[in-house]
Amino acid sequence: MRLTTYVYIALAALAVLAPLIGLYPVFVMKLLCFAIFACAFNLLLGYTGLLSFGHAAYFGAAAYTTGYLVKTLHWTPEVAILGGMALAAFSGLIVGAMAIRRQGIYFAMITLALAQMLYFVCLQLKLTGGEDGLQGVPRGNLFGMLSLSNDTTMYYFVLALFVTVFLLIRRIVHSPFGQILKAIRENEPRAVSLGYDVERYKLLAFVLSTTLAGLAGSLKTLVFGFATLSDVHWSMSGEVILMTLLGGVGTFFGPVLGAGIVVALQDNLADKVGSWVSVIIGAIFVVCVMAFRRGLVGEAQAFFGRKKKTA
Amino acid sequence: MNPFDIPLQALLGQLLIGLVNGSFYAMLSLGLAVIFGLLGIINFAHGALYMMGAFGAWILMDKFGIGYWYAIVIVPIAIGVLGIVIERLFLKHLYKLDPLYGLLLTFGLALIAEGIFRDRYGVSGQSYNVPESLQGATDLGFMILPNYRAWVVLASLGTCLGTWFVIERTRLGATLRAATENPHMVQAFGINVPIMVTLTYGAGAALAALAGVLAAPVIQVTPLMGSNIIIVVFAVVVIGGMGSILGSVLTGLALGLIEGLTRVVYPEASNIVVFVIMAIVLVLRPAGLFGKEA
Repeated sequence: MRLTTYVYIALAALAVLAPLIGLYPVFVMKLLCFAIFACAFNLLLGYTGLLSFGHAAYFGAAAYTTGYLVKTLHWTPEVAILGGMALAAFSGLIVGAMAIRRQGIYFAMITLALAQMLYFVCLQLKLTGGEDGLQGVPRGNLFGMLSLSNDTTMYYFVLALFVTVFLLIRRIVHSPFGQILKAIRENEPRAVSLGYDVERYKLLAFVLSTTLAGLAGSLKTLVFGFATLSDVHWSMSGEVILMTLLGGVGTFFGPVLGAGIVVALQDNLADKVGSWVSVIIGAIFVVCVMAFRRGLVGEAQAFFGRKKKTA
Repeated sequence: MNPFDIPLQALLGQLLIGLVNGSFYAMLSLGLAVIFGLLGIINFAHGALYMMGAFGAWILMDKFGIGYWYAIVIVPIAIGVLGIVIERLFLKHLYKLDPLYGLLLTFGLALIAEGIFRDRYGVSGQSYNVPESLQGATDLGFMILPNYRAWVVLASLGTCLGTWFVIERTRLGATLRAATENPHMVQAFGINVPIMVTLTYGAGAALAALAGVLAAPVIQVTPLMGSNIIIVVFAVVVIGGMGSILGSVLTGLALGLIEGLTRVVYPEASNIVVFVIMAIVLVLRPAGLFGKEA
């Protein structure tokens, strides 16, 4: 796997140098936020085999929480992010405990329905600003000292968190806990027969995933300065599924690549084609499911793996 | 508000609207259950098919001047054919895979349909007039019953009962149920199961479109109506379980009524009451009210 190492080094160099070589930092930050979101989602779908169709709920709940804590209560950003993650973890615990009572396709429907419930709650609460959402959230000073209103400073903060999450997920997947998750994905009855408390492992994976999704949502609020209804809408849940599916379910780098492609597509197309964005996203879904279910990274791995064997 | 202060007329009116919505939930969850039974796929596009049914009726009227009673026949057939095409082109290739892929594919199709209609017609609603023969209302003494609403409830109940009859009481239905249990065995008896699967999806799509045509005069026809209703219908399906046809019909109607009641007593919660009930059912009876398995 030499090639992978080179790719990672090149990408790391690119990420560190990005603001210096003129890449628009807000765009890269948006990409990194969604990359965190997709990696968190992939921990659940790719390594535990659970399809949550409501991950926008945790992303959005944390986005609103952080926005409220910073804007109204004037908390410092790092504590507000922890607050957002705590709420995402808590709601993940409640939803997860209900959803794992049913298997397979029901799990997807339950997570979607409960996320829609949160959407309506956010629409009606005064706290969340209803249709307007929370606007004009300041970035504040990190640890009360370092001002994040500078895009470059904010960029390195987001990058550091992204790298931490990426390595953390690698660590989780390669740990004994991660191996048990994969065993559950491959054959749940066998994992049960080996004496594992499958429900507890699933729930823990779910809460880990929602907590990290919350981190992504909190960061997104700080980067853009707003949290709106679209953060909790089901189409956001669909987007994170698409990012993961397009990049490669169950690969480390796939969700990052998928997030990059989807964010770039949206940024470039939104003004030009209007409603056709949703048509294009739908078409990518169809093509992914029909033609390359392993995603871009998964297919590339399969291709290079095959070549190595024949050589 | 004190629940005893609500005028009877308003209460009955909201209950009727609830019953109408419940009829749509019933028809859609029935179609979902039938498709899931035979294809093993949760059809996310069901909401989009319902939306296209309503738009189909509206377009026929707006562009061609073709009225309701023709639309109620033409549109379901057209959408049924579209369903057959979808099954042949896409779904056919997914049966051996994890059912999650079917959900993702139909989600993609729903996004495509919604995007196309949103591009052409925007998100503001189109209104469709109640057909002349069903305009007006009947005075029942204790309430004024709009004729069209009564027709919607009767027509969808009739459709649901008809579907139940075909599946539970006819030879075709027996074959269908056998194919749900063991497709290979049924095929060995010389029955063309793939065609049956295709036609089932077509019928499910037609059912969704029929619900859409029935809905066109009582709601605003918008491209978003499909995704709005499908998530509620998912919750209905989780509550009822997909094991029993009459179970899903009853669940749909009951939830519509509860929603209507909530709109009178505590309007703020009417959007979420179905989801709250789903959560309660999951805690108390995880398999669903009529479910056979978890």
